[in-house]
Amino acid sequence: MIINVPTQRADFAAIAQWITRDTHVLDLGCGDGTLLHYLQSTRNVTGYGVEIDDHNVLACVNNGINVIQSDLEQGLAEFADHSFDYVVLSQTLQAMRNSERIMQEMLRVGRAGIITFPNFGYWKNRLQVLSGGMPVSQNLPYAWYDTPNIHHCTIADFEAFCAARNIHILARTVLTNGETVRLWPNFYGELAVYHFGG
Amino acid sequence: MPRSMDFKQALPLQCGTVLSEYTLAYETYGTLNTNASNAVLVCHALNASHHVAGVYADQPHNIGWWDNMIGPGKPLDTDRFFVICINNLGGCHGSTGPLSINPQTEQPWGGHFPMITVEDWVDAQARLADAIGIQQFAAVMGGSLGAMQALAWSIRYPSRLRHSIVIACAPNLSAQNIAFNEVARQAIMTDPDFYDGDYQQHSSAPKRGLRVARMVGHITYLSDDEMAHKFGRQLKQGDPKYTFASEFEIESYLRHQGDKFADYFDANTYLRITKALDYFDPAHAHGDNLTQAMASVEAAVLVISFTTDWRFAPARSREIVRALIDNRSRVSYAEIDAPHGHDAFLLTDSRYHQLVSRYFARIESELKP
Repeated sequence: MIINVPTQRADFAAIAQWITRDTHVLDLGCGDGTLLHYLQSTRNVTGYGVEIDDHNVLACVNNGINVIQSDLEQGLAEFADHSFDYVVLSQTLQAMRNSERIMQEMLRVGRAGIITFPNFGYWKNRLQVLSGGMPVSQNLPYAWYDTPNIHHCTIADFEAFCAARNIHILARTVLTNGETVRLWPNFYGELAVYHFGG
Repeated sequence: MPRSMDFKQALPLQCGTVLSEYTLAYETYGTLNTNASNAVLVCHALNASHHVAGVYADQPHNIGWWDNMIGPGKPLDTDRFFVICINNLGGCHGSTGPLSINPQTEQPWGGHFPMITVEDWVDAQARLADAIGIQQFAAVMGGSLGAMQALAWSIRYPSRLRHSIVIACAPNLSAQNIAFNEVARQAIMTDPDFYDGDYQQHSSAPKRGLRVARMVGHITYLSDDEMAHKFGRQLKQGDPKYTFASEFEIESYLRHQGDKFADYFDANTYLRITKALDYFDPAHAHGDNLTQAMASVEAAVLVISFTTDWRFAPARSREIVRALIDNRSRVSYAEIDAPHGHDAFLLTDSRYHQLVSRYFARIESELKP
């Protein structure tokens, strides 16, 4: 296996904390399959990744990950109702046109959802906006003109969004540089990780 | 080198007939390892044969039909895998078919050769695998009608393959697909030289019908865009002649393909192969529930489709993928953005070939030395 552990993103351990052993997981926007591989080796899960990009599909095949090439914007037609224990959407929500639809689809297909996104309310982002520019950082590495991220939100925005749609937040972890943030997460938190159900 | 094997054990066919004895022509490439774990069966589609790769020493121009995919250093690497391809039963390239002699009547089978199904082919292939000592294939692979055989293998003999590679496939034919096949069959059967299929006894062959049948087929293998790109409205000579001679480039292409095909292919075989396509429908016996039909699958399956294939569109491949996902089977699916239509599965495309190459690298990594 060519995946090497040090390149794991900080949110993987946060995602894995809610995933019990021997469950069935769907990873939306799975990239090269690193998260699924991590969950397979640490939680013995089964499941599939969904990916649109040709290079990532190839990387998944290379890594022995079951991958389905499909466009998340079109929904999850290949997947039956409540056929997965968890549906994961990791750092992809902010890049989707149909943010609301994908959340509904996650809860149709899975018994629970796990979502991660960069918190736009993080103080460094606020500072950059205050000083007159769009935030650029390790977590938001794009300039305004080439970013795939079209639906940025803050922790407060996301929780209001869920409350208005009867999406129940079961647990939340907020991270900065891989460390859990407890004080003023919408200000000090860089990355939000949510466990939610319908 | 082409080989053949005779079978004396009767083969019961789905249509109810029993074939008392038969011969299968086949070709192999590469070397079978000591525990016979590196064997890959490649299944051929409509008009092809067991000559899947390379050339014969005495026929340097007769290149195998999937030579860009299979051979030393190619995506299916014959330096690593032992590859076998079998001419399907009912074929006209050496396996028992309508051109063979019926041992009961000592006459050519002709129009009396029984109807053959995809499952019959797979059963016959399994017997050949038994005979050469392959209990379990590393993979069974095919495109189009060949992919239907790879799919049927995974359903019918779940423990006899570790991977199934299903390219440009459909879980059954649509009414439109069947309609094209029926036009092709009618072209053959209404040819005055057809003689109810017993044309050999009349020293004749329904070549005109077979030619039209092949022309119809070729229309469905190409995408509209590809046809426009390759031929457009080009005339062979500058100005219209206002005749029925072959003037447009596409006319000349279809006529050439038809002529070439009618010279080497047997009409009775063509009729039966199109019927095998029409009848293929593993879900039928399960109340049209494909998920149930595929519940037996144990192999990991790689499904590949091509965006411009309108004969077996990506949506049809997705039906197969969905059934496998419903069963929690191991499946990967790739949709290759290629302009060529159904024919894309035979053409060289780096994304497609890389994918197959990586998949076989993964299969190889699982082989026990």
